[in-house]
Amino acid sequence: MTTPTILKGRTWVWPDDVNTDIIIPFRFKARTNDPVEMAKYCMYGFDPEFYKKVKPGDLFVAGKNFGGGSSREQAPVAIKYSNVVAVVAESFARIFYRNCFAIGLPALEVPGISRQVKQFDEIEVNLEDWSVRTRDGSVHQALKVPEFLRGLMREGGLVEYYRHHKTFPWERIEAKTLAS
Amino acid sequence: MRQDILNDDSLTFAEKIISVRADGVEKIHRSGDITVLPVDLAMAQDSTGPLAIKVFGEMGVSRVWDPSKIHLVIDHSFPAPDEKVANLHHLIREFVKKHGVRLVEGSISHQHLLENHVVPGMVLFGADSHTCQGGAVGAFATGIGSSEMAAVWASGKLWVKVPESIKVNLTGQFKKGVFARDIVSHFIGTVGEDGGNYRSIEWKGPAVKDLSIASRACISNNSMECGCKLSIFEVDASTQEYFRSVNRKSMYKDEYDIDIGKIVPEVAEPGNVDKVKEVGEVEGTPVDQAFIGSSTNGRYEDLAVAAKILKGHKVKTGTRCVITPASKDVFEQAIKNGLAEIFLQSGAVFTNATCGACVGTHLGVLGENEVCISSSPRNYIGRMGAISSKIYLSSPATAAASAIEGKIADPRRYL
Repeated sequence: MTTPTILKGRTWVWPDDVNTDIIIPFRFKARTNDPVEMAKYCMYGFDPEFYKKVKPGDLFVAGKNFGGGSSREQAPVAIKYSNVVAVVAESFARIFYRNCFAIGLPALEVPGISRQVKQFDEIEVNLEDWSVRTRDGSVHQALKVPEFLRGLMREGGLVEYYRHHKTFPWERIEAKTLAS
Repeated sequence: MRQDILNDDSLTFAEKIISVRADGVEKIHRSGDITVLPVDLAMAQDSTGPLAIKVFGEMGVSRVWDPSKIHLVIDHSFPAPDEKVANLHHLIREFVKKHGVRLVEGSISHQHLLENHVVPGMVLFGADSHTCQGGAVGAFATGIGSSEMAAVWASGKLWVKVPESIKVNLTGQFKKGVFARDIVSHFIGTVGEDGGNYRSIEWKGPAVKDLSIASRACISNNSMECGCKLSIFEVDASTQEYFRSVNRKSMYKDEYDIDIGKIVPEVAEPGNVDKVKEVGEVEGTPVDQAFIGSSTNGRYEDLAVAAKILKGHKVKTGTRCVITPASKDVFEQAIKNGLAEIFLQSGAVFTNATCGACVGTHLGVLGENEVCISSSPRNYIGRMGAISSKIYLSSPATAAASAIEGKIADPRRYL
């Protein structure tokens, strides 16, 4: 499923250093392979009832180092299957960030964004020019990402990409052009 | 070209190994470049493997690229504590049978790989964040997620960005009661929990030669707690020539000096790994449980120091002490050398090798409001059980001394 280019919705605002144990504790994620079940434990460390409160089309805005700690892909999967459509953060932890592209959950790094957005503000994420429009209409450019990763994101992640192209995005491109 | 790259003292370890190993292009790669690496070893464990197996199936790939290079390790919840885990273990065993890949059960993956497979210069991707432990012997070893692991199984390759590097100069000599874990805790407290994010850490300086491979493994493993991509030690004498590098200071993003002689036993307070305090500041805090184990600190030297402290003492009534080796080899050695007897006589519980209590899956899960001092790597909210439970992190020595007193204690009194 191709990701829409413009994502508009209300935001959940999270602090700095939200780790993957908070996003989904080990004892739940290690006991299922079903993404819908994983979504029931999304943000459990902050609010075990979160899954009842989140609405389809919501977005996340977070401080620095979102998704630190464990490599668990179940963390972005739990967010995606909560029908949260994008995560915008001051910065992401390395593995979580890679996992977002791998599963097709839009993840944008926008320094200073957590001071610009309040809980439940409407914001708009633009995957075409990789920017975020906040409630007052101002546009914040996200940090640049190589085109092969943005393309992977737009096509919905590695499964969708591979099923369509029978290859992975980094295999198709000459090594020297990967960084552009 | 290859030798030129290895001899180029303007390159960091990460730049050298990626330049030498990058797929199809023999050229110098510097931090910020993106390239593709061929994979020597791909590891997934029982909490990341099942999702990778599912994704691999959804991609519609029929065969893995090289079964001899793929390891599936059942370690996090071993043996299965309940039916749900057992079913996911079954999924792994079926995949292993179908594709002829390697299966390991009952040792923590990082320790098993260190004991059996990791070599200097190897490219190791693991679906587990603490895979960076392989840097202890000079491997390019880093963590990825389940979908990227499925892509590696299919193609044997993965894209990487060449990381910036941080240099840490270790000088001085250990004081009594101070261990590798205290050094790395001190470092994480200094740089913060994202201080190494996207970066490669290189451990250098005259004190490195005094660190055993087990101690280096502890440091490389626990470096993950500041978000690093790699955590590298120069290799030992026989391979030192091959990996010789005297790097120009200017090539490092940051540089730290740590005089080991000034480090004391360190304890991280609950919630964040970088809330690091000297043991004296938290001494006396009552604990319900002391946990000694995990891939960070479940090696033989960790168990040996715990035994040294526990010998002739009893675990305080009302406090549990759980000791979990990192691998079957460590477990066997501990039994052969009499450590198990000391643990049992002290009143501790000595379990099979598994991740267990570290990830709150079995063998020492915390109830509401319980407090644990632990040699494991993470003290996040609810990591070992109830959301209201609390985890203090320390070396195995500090955890063992705390088990005796039933409160956080200074290990130097027992050594």
